[in-house]
Amino acid sequence: MGNKGVILLKVAVFLACLGPLASLLWRYRADDLGANPIEVITRSTGSTTLVFLLLTLSITPLRKLSRQPWLIRFRRMLGLFAFFYGCLHFTTYIWLDQFFDWANMVKDVQKRPFITAGFTGFVLMIPLALTSTAWAVRTMGGRRWQWLHRLIYGSATAGVIHFLWLVKKDISEPLMYAGVLAVLLAYRLAAWGISARRERRVHLPESAS
Amino acid sequence: MLIKKPADIPSSEITDKRLYANRRQFILGASAAGAALAAGVAVRELSSPTQAAANEKLTFSKSQFSTSEKQTPFKDITNYNNYYEFGTDKYSPAGEAQRLKTRPWTVKVEGEVKKPKLLDIDAILKLAPLEERIYRLRCVEGWSMVIPWVGFPLSAFINQCEPTSKAKYVELTTLYDPKQMPGQRSGVLDWPYVEGLRMDEAMHPLAILAVGLYGEVLPNQDGAPLRLVVPWKYGFKSVKAIVKARFTEKQPLNTWNLAAPSEYGFYSNVNPQVDHPRWSQAKERRIGEFFKRDTLMFNGYGDQVARLYAGMDLRKNF
Repeated sequence: MGNKGVILLKVAVFLACLGPLASLLWRYRADDLGANPIEVITRSTGSTTLVFLLLTLSITPLRKLSRQPWLIRFRRMLGLFAFFYGCLHFTTYIWLDQFFDWANMVKDVQKRPFITAGFTGFVLMIPLALTSTAWAVRTMGGRRWQWLHRLIYGSATAGVIHFLWLVKKDISEPLMYAGVLAVLLAYRLAAWGISARRERRVHLPESAS
Repeated sequence: MLIKKPADIPSSEITDKRLYANRRQFILGASAAGAALAAGVAVRELSSPTQAAANEKLTFSKSQFSTSEKQTPFKDITNYNNYYEFGTDKYSPAGEAQRLKTRPWTVKVEGEVKKPKLLDIDAILKLAPLEERIYRLRCVEGWSMVIPWVGFPLSAFINQCEPTSKAKYVELTTLYDPKQMPGQRSGVLDWPYVEGLRMDEAMHPLAILAVGLYGEVLPNQDGAPLRLVVPWKYGFKSVKAIVKARFTEKQPLNTWNLAAPSEYGFYSNVNPQVDHPRWSQAKERRIGEFFKRDTLMFNGYGDQVARLYAGMDLRKNF
């Protein structure tokens, strides 16, 4: 795809990424958030965060399998939207749910495994968002930058565990997220395995001779 | 912002005695009316939640056990339901439960009783005069409501069952019919749903069988035609759409305890000091309110019920 096409598509994707927030605001205005609006807002911002984390993680496999290198140009935007919705989710918890009851929140993070997991997932996103600029990549060097950004595996895993641990009984929805994440991580393991073998093949003949 | 004030029920709207005497026909009509949802008065706006047809009015007296707290709007009580037989999502029972037929309906009485029998719902409705009981309801998930039930003491029903001296517990069971209750096709819980009470809990005057809500016949999503209400216990103890009462010598199993024994006990009394293993029970969000409020011991019914548990370790018997 040409540069112009990518830019146009980027604008469209950016607007689409605002969709979940727009829908929440719309429902709020229409008085359509149900009996427990705070619960709906918490749930919706939380699952949107997970969706964006998984979308971000699917860029690389999609790009490589489809041989469409331009797809990489959407990864940062999707990742930053994951962080954006994560911030909204976190703010919902601090403000709407707990209403700045800091003592209780500290207790929650220590005592409630699902909150600990969610908090971990959120914190792991912070360095990624901070080093998302081209300048950061240049300064850190591609290799180190890439190493740091593998934190997203931890963040997404923590996010899925957070969801799994919080539901009362029906784990079908969190399991869907877990399934998608498993596929995306398995792809990386496989890719890593293949490249490791290839490297060995390059080196082996020398040592064998 | 989000809450519309419920319409009060003026006394002028209370059914007169002549109609009350013919209430059987009325109730028959009620199920028809329920089915003919479209005939209902108010579909307020396109985006508004499901609004069931107006149900038949009931005749009842007021009760000294009622709280004067602000009642949760009808719209919220009938659109935000934990009723896994109609889906695990709280917003689906309002629609899904409309397929449940609440007539004909019988309740089987068995176990430690003089004689097993089958009671017809219309006979059960005449066991005792109906009362309005405005109770707090605290869900184990951390939210609460104030609900104007219409019902009668569970004790009146139990007396009718004639339990023997061996009966130490009563177990109540929800209908099992996956055709009418699509949620039962999934294995999320062991069906049918069962709950139990110790006899002295069941005979306590605060424990009621509810048949109505906001002065009208109980909507299906809230447990029609007959449900338990035990206001000092977490909501899941209050089993809905009851078809069986079994009296036992041994403590019966209850569905949520079976599903997660470390999280849900047999007693499940509302207790702010004993946390759910995964979340705190110290506070609750009253539906319609922004700030959380403190959860009260026995949901605020301690004066009446604390004596039932004198000497018991409520941490162990959660």
